[in-house]
Amino acid sequence: MGLRGVIVLVGLMGTTWSFNATTIRPEAVSTDTFARPETTEETTEQGRNNPGLMNEDRTVHVTASTDTSGGVDSQTTEATVGCSKKGAVAEEEAVEDVMATGELNPSHYPAQRAAKVVQHYLNTRYGSPYKLFGLKQVQSGNAEDVADSGRKYQLDISVHEIISDTKENCSAEVFFPRGVKQLSPQVQVSSCEELLKIDANSEEEALYQQYKTNKTLRTEKRLPDSYGHIDPEMTPFWHLGIVASSFIMLNESTENTLYNVAQVANITQLTTENDQLKFDCHVLLHDMVSQEIPQWKMLFTWSPAGGVKVLHTEQLPHVHDCEKHPKTN
Amino acid sequence: MKRLITFAALFAAVLSKEAFHGHQVFRIVPKDDVQLSLIKLLEDMLELELDFWRWVTPLDVRVPSHSLQAVKSYLERHSIKYYTVIKDLQALLDEEQKQMKLATYAWNTDSFDYNNYHTLSDIYSFQDMLVAEKPNLVSKIVIGQSYEGRPLNVLKFSTGGSNRPAIWIDCGIHAREWVTHASGILFAKKIVTDYGQDTALTAILNKMDIFLEIVVNPDGYQFTHTKNRMWRKNRRPNPGFRCVGVDLNRNWNAGFGGHGSSNNPCKNTYHGVKAHSEPEVRSIVKFVRSHGNIKAFISIHSYSQMLLYPYGYTKTLAKDQKELDQVAQQAVAALTSLYGTPYRYGSIITTIYQSSGGSIDWTYNRGIKYSYTFELRDTGHFGFLLPAKQIGPTANETWLALKVIMHYTLEHLY
Repeated sequence: MGLRGVIVLVGLMGTTWSFNATTIRPEAVSTDTFARPETTEETTEQGRNNPGLMNEDRTVHVTASTDTSGGVDSQTTEATVGCSKKGAVAEEEAVEDVMATGELNPSHYPAQRAAKVVQHYLNTRYGSPYKLFGLKQVQSGNAEDVADSGRKYQLDISVHEIISDTKENCSAEVFFPRGVKQLSPQVQVSSCEELLKIDANSEEEALYQQYKTNKTLRTEKRLPDSYGHIDPEMTPFWHLGIVASSFIMLNESTENTLYNVAQVANITQLTTENDQLKFDCHVLLHDMVSQEIPQWKMLFTWSPAGGVKVLHTEQLPHVHDCEKHPKTN
Repeated sequence: MKRLITFAALFAAVLSKEAFHGHQVFRIVPKDDVQLSLIKLLEDMLELELDFWRWVTPLDVRVPSHSLQAVKSYLERHSIKYYTVIKDLQALLDEEQKQMKLATYAWNTDSFDYNNYHTLSDIYSFQDMLVAEKPNLVSKIVIGQSYEGRPLNVLKFSTGGSNRPAIWIDCGIHAREWVTHASGILFAKKIVTDYGQDTALTAILNKMDIFLEIVVNPDGYQFTHTKNRMWRKNRRPNPGFRCVGVDLNRNWNAGFGGHGSSNNPCKNTYHGVKAHSEPEVRSIVKFVRSHGNIKAFISIHSYSQMLLYPYGYTKTLAKDQKELDQVAQQAVAALTSLYGTPYRYGSIITTIYQSSGGSIDWTYNRGIKYSYTFELRDTGHFGFLLPAKQIGPTANETWLALKVIMHYTLEHLY
């Protein structure tokens, strides 16, 4: 029964409700009121390479619906891995970008893409459920070729800590290596200290304590949902998903990509290990340049002291929309 | 679960009116059992009327406004760490009440929920309602049919005349960019509301017509509601492939098939078998050609917070680049003036990426000088999943920029 049904039902239940401020206790209501245990098959991904996950962490997926719209829950993950193309696929033409060198126009994409890499770097190093960095503005930029090994960008940017809504100017260097094998960019940041010292300790500690000995292992899905909504209690997990994704986005970035997290498709808490909260997570990224939605699975840990550490990542096969496969829900 | 609690609190609140004004919820983090027992002592102080929501570390407790000072000094005196999770419980409940709507069907455009995303059929209903309410100002033209047979509706706003110089605005060419459809609905309502009230808009509509296509890609939009929220293209099957869809903004005859689009039907920038192969594109092409008097063509997309002008397919500067840049600067200034939302502007190819077969490159090459693409909020934090409460602010700030472009066009008719 959806939330709407409950509201109508309660509304019909008569108005002899004696007010008592102290009767409102969240703990009194079991999560099982709305949730139904679902099997791990529900997540439907095929081709997963970590059977170890399934065996050692007996996850019980308890899904709380976060869809407030009452509309159809749109399924963003189509497990249509088995689809193969009939006939030959035309080779995709590479987009040739002759990159600018020297002083860069801060409005134009070369500086913007390099600056985005800095954002991902900051989130991997300092991000947490209560600390998330965004790129506010590129003030100036400079690019130069480094012999045959790659290209180096020097940037002056303003960075935004989203949760505390504080801004600071930072300088950064981004080096995109060139080569046959794609290597990750290297980033160095300076004069950003104030931003990085922002104290979210109490909140982080509280979250950590709350979930450290969690007996109910939960899965949260679709953060945010199709309407951009996230239950406030789930927001820290959305943030964690973004921080963990930043490791991937950082590694995958080139001068021809611009990554953001499109959605955390699901995040499951696993058993705490070595005092670190542990999570299994499936994210949808968005690359602005190709307009594709790469999907990744990750295993990561977090604690206030340890930050986010990614243990395992795996890219899921490109999702084609195959008409002939049944809709998986 | 939390919703049930807040709802229960709400229900109680509704009956007893504003019971929780100024009440705060503290999250207390005791560092040891000594601190924990000190906190338990608080519960015994009945005059404080504390309501503990959680007794597992960290502790959550609702503190009535009259007890705030006492509790704070007690915790601070004993060096017990805490912080405020909810600053005003009543405000939170009020906000939730606003959002928790029972299914209300909008019978007219005044009761339509502009601060929410809507289904395709609701958008179609809205269009019909608007026309029914303001038949002297608004009419609906069906310019064609989508691949799956859905009507392609364009609202015409006109105060008379015959084939007046016109402004074209389109939204939703890419299915997942929901804030564009939602903004288009607001633009439509704004036009009818502001005509006769707003000087600039009235001047525009007295001399020009406005054409607004709120959903360029209805099949794709429907698909984002039912199957895949991240869908971008239309829903045409590609013969010989199991991948569906053509990127409608790579299907126009301007640098068609060049770099900045893909010839792989499985890619999100697949340009289609030939220029104008897609019915959604072809119908606009036919309309623009047969109208013959469109002077500004504006395509609304999301996200990135940019205002873009031609070209996307070539680095060659547009002939009118300087003027387009100046107008863009003014439009962006107007947009930013409302909420401080920062926008970048420039040509497509320098500002965002090379992209071939795009709509405004085609319209510009046909002589529609004031051809612009907007990329609305945000810059990636929510991306395509922009919270519904940002629809209003996004549409309102964008409308200011649109008025600048439209008014400039009016003053510089060619």
